[in-house]
Amino acid sequence: MIIKTQKEIPSSEITDLTVFKARRRFIKTVLASVVGATMPVWADNNKSRTLLPNNALVPTPIELVKNYTNYYEFTLNKEDSTKLAQNFVTDPWSLEISGEVEKAGIYHLEDILRQQTLEERIYRFRCVEAWSMVVPWMGFSLGNLLKMAKPLSTAQFVKFTAIHQPETMPNQRNNVMLEWPYVEGLRIDEAMHPLTMLAVGVYGDTLPKQNGAPLRLVVPWKYGFKSIKAIVKIELLKKAPITTWNKSAPNEYGFYANVNPAVAHPRWSQNSERQLGSGFFTARRQTELFNGYSEQVADLYRDMDLRHFF
Amino acid sequence: MAWRIKKAWLLTLIICLIPLLWLFIDVALNNLGSNPIQALHIRLGDWSLRFLCLTLAITPIQTIMRWRGMADYRQLFGMYAFFYATLHLLVYLLVDHNLEWSLIGTDIIESPYIWFGLLAYIIVFLLGITSSKLAKKWLGKTWKKLHRFIYIAAGAAVIHYFWQLKGNLAEPLLYVIILFLLLGFRMLIWATNLKLNKMMLPKGRK
Repeated sequence: MIIKTQKEIPSSEITDLTVFKARRRFIKTVLASVVGATMPVWADNNKSRTLLPNNALVPTPIELVKNYTNYYEFTLNKEDSTKLAQNFVTDPWSLEISGEVEKAGIYHLEDILRQQTLEERIYRFRCVEAWSMVVPWMGFSLGNLLKMAKPLSTAQFVKFTAIHQPETMPNQRNNVMLEWPYVEGLRIDEAMHPLTMLAVGVYGDTLPKQNGAPLRLVVPWKYGFKSIKAIVKIELLKKAPITTWNKSAPNEYGFYANVNPAVAHPRWSQNSERQLGSGFFTARRQTELFNGYSEQVADLYRDMDLRHFF
Repeated sequence: MAWRIKKAWLLTLIICLIPLLWLFIDVALNNLGSNPIQALHIRLGDWSLRFLCLTLAITPIQTIMRWRGMADYRQLFGMYAFFYATLHLLVYLLVDHNLEWSLIGTDIIESPYIWFGLLAYIIVFLLGITSSKLAKKWLGKTWKKLHRFIYIAAGAAVIHYFWQLKGNLAEPLLYVIILFLLLGFRMLIWATNLKLNKMMLPKGRK
């Protein structure tokens, strides 16, 4: 007897493999021409690659990845940000790295990319609203970039600040809902973890504006709101930064925001999730501790009460 | 006249099925967006709440317009609120959870907003099954008392709606305002009646 635990994704919804591979080839060629000139600086990239699990993950169809985004700077509606984000200006883009580092500075994004080896990583993405996707990101380990700035031993936390561009972001202009610009943070060991990445692309192409172009954070074992979009500043700090959602509703959105089916949001369960792209009459997916990345990250939280540090 | 009312009633009965037909079309044409299961679920919940508000609006409309014989419509809309709420619940159980009871159980226990939805549904269910004239006769005075619980159902349904949201609160706020107006109207009538009753009492008696 065949027991199907999961309805198959209709083949019409899956990006054709040849198209998918062609896209990858395309970006690799383009990126090789950029990166080729300067040899990859960080030799331990290979080490991080071996840490990456989930080769078996099937990416969520690209149309869903591109058209279901929480981007509150534009709209509170996940299906409207695609259109609204198109006026957003992402070029030129520079990133400030400052705080507890030896080499603070402001860098052009192209210069950063020239020094990093881009790689594709297929990660699970779990929103705090209890839906999830599987996303083929393109990017590099955040740790590699931070090491270049030479963090001081006093650096305990990393603060990320997103762009403030009220001209193109209606909800920043009208002060809707949250305090702008958006701020997120990680503990330094979380930031240096090889799974933590800065993404510049998705599905073998540059990042669409609504997905956080040109540079966003991806922390696959945490709820999606930690993965801040359109980053303009990274500061290394002695103390934990105050982050946007945590400030807005401290009892609902913690600083850690690790995916954990055993710790419910005060108003809804986190025990299961709706996988986008799954068909009708398919049960929700049982959410996994650390979104399935326990093997890689559980050590970071040894001896911590995850219910308290949610 | 009676026949015309009946015809209008029949027409209303059919019109109230349009949201369902419309939903079927959207499912068939894959028009429900990136998260179609949630969209389907929410649309049915929305219609249930709308019919609940319509049901509550009948008496005020009747009073203001000085119409009569609208009770049949009140019953019809009430039954549709029950109908769409039942579909809303079935989509949750079947389409979203495929009857995986362990997932459903944990979800209900850990999600306070669902408790309010369940409360609203239990009330609407009880009102639905006691909606017939026969039940009305049988229950006597209790029937009226029982059916006043529709206000609690509507309140619980609105709480169920806005308590699950992370962002946009504008739409549930609209329902809060509508319910507030409908309830406010009844309070006003009740207060006026009380005053009138007092005035009509013979002097010397209290």
